[in-house]
Amino acid sequence: METLSTFEIVVQIIWRFWPVWAAMIIVGTLSYMYRDRLGLYGQLYDGGVGIAGLAFIGFWLFSALFAPIIAPFDPIGVVPILKNAVPGTIDPESGHAFLLGGDKLARDVFSRMVFGSQIVLIIAPAATAFALMVGITLGLPAGYYGGRVDNVLSFIANLVLAFPVILLFYLLVTPGITETPIPYTLAGLFFIFPVIFFVTLFYTRYQARPQFMWPAIAVTVVLGTWVWISLVSNDFIVQALRNNGLGFVGAFFDLPIFKIISIEPGQLNIFVAVVFASSPGVFRITRGLVMDIKTRDYVAAAQTRGESPWYIMLWEVLPNARGPLIVDACLRIGYTTILLGTLGYFGLGMPPESPDWGTAIKDGSQLLRLYVWPALVPAVALMSFVLGLNLLADALREESLKD
Amino acid sequence: MISFIIRRLGIMALTMLCLTLVVFFLVNLEPNLRKLSISQTNMRATDAQIESWLVRNGYRDNFFVRYGQWLGVMQKQPIIDPETGEATPRFRFCDEPAEPHFSGVIQGDFGCSTRFKVPVAERLVPALQATGWLMFYVMLVMVPGALLVGIFAGMREGSRTDRSLSVASIASTATPEYVSGVIFTVIFASWLGILNGSAATATREGITFTNFTLPVMTMAIYGMGYIARMTRASMAEVMTAQYIRTARLKGLTFSSVVIKHALRNALIAPFTVIMLQFPWLLTGVVIVEAMFRYQGFGFTLVEAASNNDIDLLLACALVSVVVVLVTQLLSDVGYAFLNPRIRVS
Repeated sequence: METLSTFEIVVQIIWRFWPVWAAMIIVGTLSYMYRDRLGLYGQLYDGGVGIAGLAFIGFWLFSALFAPIIAPFDPIGVVPILKNAVPGTIDPESGHAFLLGGDKLARDVFSRMVFGSQIVLIIAPAATAFALMVGITLGLPAGYYGGRVDNVLSFIANLVLAFPVILLFYLLVTPGITETPIPYTLAGLFFIFPVIFFVTLFYTRYQARPQFMWPAIAVTVVLGTWVWISLVSNDFIVQALRNNGLGFVGAFFDLPIFKIISIEPGQLNIFVAVVFASSPGVFRITRGLVMDIKTRDYVAAAQTRGESPWYIMLWEVLPNARGPLIVDACLRIGYTTILLGTLGYFGLGMPPESPDWGTAIKDGSQLLRLYVWPALVPAVALMSFVLGLNLLADALREESLKD
Repeated sequence: MISFIIRRLGIMALTMLCLTLVVFFLVNLEPNLRKLSISQTNMRATDAQIESWLVRNGYRDNFFVRYGQWLGVMQKQPIIDPETGEATPRFRFCDEPAEPHFSGVIQGDFGCSTRFKVPVAERLVPALQATGWLMFYVMLVMVPGALLVGIFAGMREGSRTDRSLSVASIASTATPEYVSGVIFTVIFASWLGILNGSAATATREGITFTNFTLPVMTMAIYGMGYIARMTRASMAEVMTAQYIRTARLKGLTFSSVVIKHALRNALIAPFTVIMLQFPWLLTGVVIVEAMFRYQGFGFTLVEAASNNDIDLLLACALVSVVVVLVTQLLSDVGYAFLNPRIRVS
């Protein structure tokens, strides 16, 4: 079988990524030109660390976006003669090369790496966003009121933090658990937090102007409920509701309008486990920040004006806590990526043929001594993405210290 | 101080109770019980057979009664065979007295492992010893290494050494065990061939340099960056303090200022971070032991969890929760001892 030389492999890989380079150059140049007007994002272009972080993240972001153009093969497609093929082996049928070799099931490692980025870049930021919502919504009152509210919430947070992550995953992401109501209950609980957060946000802000407040709240509730039911409802839930004499609720959940967006039970399970594991961390950080900020003069001024506690929390305290929270969110996306990799590495939750990086590392490391590339490629991919996020967090921290 | 520790111990006991209850609930979910029953009877068991096995072995008793029995505050009832009228043990590989008795975690009986077919303690104690050695070597490499990196970086903030060491620390925190494990195995085992890619021989033939370096290195590298960054931040802060300036102006050399004046105060904050690394290492242990086939605590946990070995999994959960809570307590108490400005009330 024909193989490409190392030089040809490098050139072809660089050529394959052309949409990514194009997008990065356009976005990078535009952002660099207008960096003075772009606020915090623009300031990142002042230092080498920030640019390096943005470059890594941009690379994987655009790879995920343009994955179907970049990848020459189907991520789960099999070319039997190229089983464990060395990097650069040419597939005689299509004429394309397995640029980074084939894995033990004769799939293209390069295409799997590119498509794997899609899974990571959807789940990790989304799960982090939900964890932020849960952590902030609970951390604000805990820090602001203190006392019993704080004691109860902190005890629960410490309870979750005392669970070793890996044990939590083994218990929450076992295959059997999708047959029980636990993941759906937890998902229902977590997904309600964004709705609560935004309703409170609009309610406290526009109380004096009902013509703004009611439409904003109505849109949030309708949109939130639609997304909530779409994500939580599936055949299992509908059946369970019918069996428990709640047939009308089941029929409502079964309406086609809630089928437009949906999530696999397995993925929902992963999502819930990751949110569950990382929201106590957000809670602790928010609580600490609020306890510090609530002693400031502008909070005392708002209290004297007679503002409601939730107005002060959401519109006086939270904007002033944004710096550390943004840095933490950045680090947390990286940490979530690592957690997803851990789940994949232990074969939990993800379907076995999934191209995500953790599963690919697990599959590849079984034959690591003979064939290096199936495990090494996704490992380097995962590392570079997390490195980009950590560098970005570091640059953001430096920027916030400057002020 | 004493009342602080007593209060903390009370909260710890409550946390342990809550967590074991949650774990107990999760391992006793219907799908998990069915899985256990199928693995203990045979693959083609009918629903009736599964159900009768579960009833016979007491898995259908009241949930709280069973939790109480596991804990040791309720009596375990012997199983009477209806045909012979004699008491038979639940599992043939574990002895059980023929009369009702208290025997739970409080009495030191952790139950019976269905995966390894031995009492849990017999399996768990050697596993914990093996992991203890791994942890010991990891700490031996990680802590001095991280402190040195942090001190050198924080000594002169903003210098070239600082910047390159900081980027190296950031890179190390971006490398989880399953990534560094793969990369190190490729470099040191496949290409250079100087180290063993598996630690399986360490269990049988004892720990040697060739079979133990890779797991230790893999685990140490992930935690190292974090401790180093904390040390650097603490060191950089101390170096801007008034008394350091005074010491410099007094005419002391830079090295003696760093060693005699700065280090002592700069190492208080990293102490907490190092103690809190233990729970973090627990996850690392699971990954590294699975990756390098080392038969320790992590390996046992994975086996217990994937086979739904209820008693073994509960014991593993208890051990890890105790580790987490004890290190939290130690870090708080130790911090109060090290830092005279903190007073615990």
